[in-house]
Amino acid sequence: MQRSSTQDEAKLDGASVVPQRAYVTGMTVALGGILMFFMALVSAFIVRKGMPNSGWRPFDVPRVLWLNTLILAASSFAIARARKHLRASQNEMFRRGWMAGSVLGVFFLAGQGIAWQQLIAKDILLWTNPSSSFFYVFTAAQGLHLFCGIIASLVVGFRLPRRLTLDTATEVVSMYWHFMVGLWVFLFLLLLLGQ
Amino acid sequence: MSAQTLPLRPPSETPKGFLRKYIFSTDHKVIGIQYFLLALLAVVIGIVLSLLMRFHIVWPAAHLPFVSGGVMKPEQYLALVTMHGTIMIFFVLTTAPQNGFGNYFLPIQIGAPEMAFPRLNRLSFWGTVVSFLCLVAAFLVPGGAPISGWTSYPPLSALGAIAGPGEGVGQTLWIISIAIFCLASLVSAVNFIATTIDMRAPGMDLFRMPLTVWSWFVTAILSLLAFGVLLAAGVLLLLDRTAGTSFYVPAGIAVSEHLQTHSGGSPLLWQHLFWFFGHPEVYIAILPGMGVVSHVLSCFSRKPVFGYRAMAMAISAIGFLGFLVWGHHMFVSGMNPYSALTFSVITMSIGVPSAVETFNWLATLWGGKIQFKSAMLFSLGFVSFFVTGGLSGIFLAQPALDNVLHATYYVVAHFHLVMAVAAIFGVFAATYFWFPKMFGRMMNETLGNIHFWITFVGAYCIFMPMHFVGIAGGVRRYADYTGAAYLASLQPLHRFSAIAAFITGAAQLIFLFNFFWSLRKGKEAPINPWNATTLEWVTASPPPPGNFADNPPIIYRGPYEYSVPGVRDDFIPQNLEPDKIIRTGQE
Amino acid sequence: MASGKRGFAAPAFLLALVLLLLVAATVFLFSLRSFQAPPAITVNGEQVDQQYKLTLYITGAAFLLAQLGLALAAFRFRDRGQRVHFTRGSNTVEILLTIVAVVLFLGLGFLGRKAWAEVRYTPSSADAIQIEVTESQFVFHFRYPGPDGKFGRLDPARISPSTGNPLGIDENDPAGRDDIVVPVLTVPVNREIELLIRSQDVIHNFYVRELRLQQDAVPGITSPLHFTATKTGQYEIVCTQLCGSGHHLMHSFLNVVSETEYENFLKQKAAIQ
Repeated sequence: MQRSSTQDEAKLDGASVVPQRAYVTGMTVALGGILMFFMALVSAFIVRKGMPNSGWRPFDVPRVLWLNTLILAASSFAIARARKHLRASQNEMFRRGWMAGSVLGVFFLAGQGIAWQQLIAKDILLWTNPSSSFFYVFTAAQGLHLFCGIIASLVVGFRLPRRLTLDTATEVVSMYWHFMVGLWVFLFLLLLLGQ
Repeated sequence: MSAQTLPLRPPSETPKGFLRKYIFSTDHKVIGIQYFLLALLAVVIGIVLSLLMRFHIVWPAAHLPFVSGGVMKPEQYLALVTMHGTIMIFFVLTTAPQNGFGNYFLPIQIGAPEMAFPRLNRLSFWGTVVSFLCLVAAFLVPGGAPISGWTSYPPLSALGAIAGPGEGVGQTLWIISIAIFCLASLVSAVNFIATTIDMRAPGMDLFRMPLTVWSWFVTAILSLLAFGVLLAAGVLLLLDRTAGTSFYVPAGIAVSEHLQTHSGGSPLLWQHLFWFFGHPEVYIAILPGMGVVSHVLSCFSRKPVFGYRAMAMAISAIGFLGFLVWGHHMFVSGMNPYSALTFSVITMSIGVPSAVETFNWLATLWGGKIQFKSAMLFSLGFVSFFVTGGLSGIFLAQPALDNVLHATYYVVAHFHLVMAVAAIFGVFAATYFWFPKMFGRMMNETLGNIHFWITFVGAYCIFMPMHFVGIAGGVRRYADYTGAAYLASLQPLHRFSAIAAFITGAAQLIFLFNFFWSLRKGKEAPINPWNATTLEWVTASPPPPGNFADNPPIIYRGPYEYSVPGVRDDFIPQNLEPDKIIRTGQE
Repeated sequence: MASGKRGFAAPAFLLALVLLLLVAATVFLFSLRSFQAPPAITVNGEQVDQQYKLTLYITGAAFLLAQLGLALAAFRFRDRGQRVHFTRGSNTVEILLTIVAVVLFLGLGFLGRKAWAEVRYTPSSADAIQIEVTESQFVFHFRYPGPDGKFGRLDPARISPSTGNPLGIDENDPAGRDDIVVPVLTVPVNREIELLIRSQDVIHNFYVRELRLQQDAVPGITSPLHFTATKTGQYEIVCTQLCGSGHHLMHSFLNVVSETEYENFLKQKAAIQ
């Protein structure tokens, strides 16, 4: 019989169990759906910017965004290192690194908030111009997704969900996390190019 | 593997208490029934709306007692149009075939005890319920339900109440409802895909999966990739309405002499985003039906599906190509005419896998031994309507012809034949086929037959005349056709449709009666009343929690082993051990 | 529960009969003259009609084959206790079928490209008569450039139907002084016309069935649409894009008149400006 899917832990004391890799599949798939959402926004951005006589007025992207990007990249490293520690059974190091990553994510969001404040102070609001509209929409959408990621990482850090192993839970959250970081880098570059 | 081991889990307990067991259940079978019942409620509302619409078209000045002012106003008619389309497409056709039957039978047909993410499943269902309530609430707010159609094109849908009645709070509620629906659908899609990939029983290779599973799987992929785009489009529309942005609204708009302050947005942007979702959406509506029809035709012809692999590939091809054709809704929109021809060519090419599917259905019947159960009648009816509705699409796919037929009743005929009839026939076929398994009782076959005949003839009577209205240039979405002379001359055709609609609508009561009566009084159903081969028919009716009790199945063969030469029985269940097959000794 | 050995023929027979009736009725109704659009009044329109006919024949043939095939299969192979002719399928058949379908469908699409290209790819000629079509909730306005041949500048802030300036023509622009704005479209026969279709508020549409043409009027975009009418007469213009509660009230007329009548019309209107 050729390679086919089997339920690894299916017979575990008679209880029906979902194989751990289903969670990884689920997250991969979910990221595909989320990607489509952002790609729709990105294509709207590109179309809108490219329209003749569209009234597009570029503005200076707040400098703090560079710092935020560094912070977010650092959080990715922290999360990845933490998973390495987990796989080497260094639980204390794992926990510290994981928390550090999550906290850096919080700092990133705070930094985004500062960027917003700076723009508002300059009277550049959501409705001021298409260029600013997209800025707020991109940062809000990515920020909201990252916020959900932070919640998930804190939950995993403090209280293991019942159906997943810690290994799977951290793998799944870190997939999401790295995706959100990569997405931010992409959106940031796009916003920079758009000005 | 990680150093951690999976903590030993307690054996799965049957939830206690009415709320846990029937309302907030995480059991995919309960959730499947819940989705089905939601769709049933939605379709009843949707049909009532459509009958009101038909009535108004034929008798626009008629006095209606329950309408304030006595006579239906144009905006009320357009609100019916909008809500009818929205309810039917989202809460009936995207819900029953996929989330209703798919939720119930996907895990069972692949030999799994449960969906991969049962609690997310529960979240999806209740999210859909909230979405539905939000939508229906639009009827009750000041200004009423939106009037921009289920397609909700800006600027009409973006300018707020100044653009028309219902365009205030009603339109905002519509957007919020759809946004919630998008989220619920995305979560559901993740569940379906992960379950199909990772939870198949030993031996259940991809090409041993029933075609119903193939169709649910491909449909879930379509949902996954399409609903995110609709969500994005809706967010931008909401911002244009509430936050003064100008994603869709160009500069220099003057509505009723009021100059709007928007700047340089593009109405076509909405159309691109919407139809990028909208076209896959209609395949989401029809693919599960195609899977069911293959499944049922095979069973009641006592023959394997002709060209099983080709069918699986055709389903996948239709799904894939469905993402590349959205521009055919926009031929006359002002879009680049060169891209129009590209979209046209790809659209025509979808006819190819569709032709393969149709031919293979006929070839499945050919040489078989056909039993005309109700499920079979509706499957045969599906084939007929799929052909008729699909062929009218060939006209619309050509931009030169679309110049004439766009936004006429020809389009209305086309999409109703494939969606409102064929896809619904798929739901009926699935219901008659799987009712015994879901509820442990048989539905009444005589009532089922009568239901089929009236609906089959009635549906053709409703929608065939609409082709002619369209060919003569009869425009759609008009509250009153007595204004333009040539439109008024088409009224007899509308009248014929209307009368057929009332009769056919009423005939659905037969189905409702049969359904609910059989729940209580139907004959008790055996495990396998149809002598079918797939896994749902090897377990109890209805299946126990975990689906297979203590006998998780192992699969030895494909899903449609009917009338295999040299075997005594004319069907071999997928999980029957090879040494247990009783041969005939004659070839 | 017998659809048993002797073959309970009623459902099979009934299905075959109904499908036969369906096919007969469909063929009959589609060939009936009374359900067809009135004759086209442009050469391009006639090409569209040709393409329509070709499509009708091909899809009609497919329709016949499929519905009758369904009827025959259902009837002939109803359960009469016969042996099933077992097969899993045939790759050859699938491939052949795919090829036939590709040739048919793509061929059909390819044949139809000319009718589209003539209207949409080819711009109007330089001496086409330009007429601007402005749509708003829920009226059509047609603007002619007048004797100076130039359209006056439009300013949305000046739109005021109640004071006789529904298009918002800027009175500071001399080119606009002689513009003719009317609610009905009058064009000369056998001359190329280019319509410049625009909207003031929401998306509307311009459709004349005898022209076999329609075009959305999208705010923010001016969409050109050119045609040459070959028959005089009065034809109805409707809006096909849902534009609000008065969508069903939006219509006007296309008057195709002789060259002399057209000149008179212009002179008459110019005198009023």
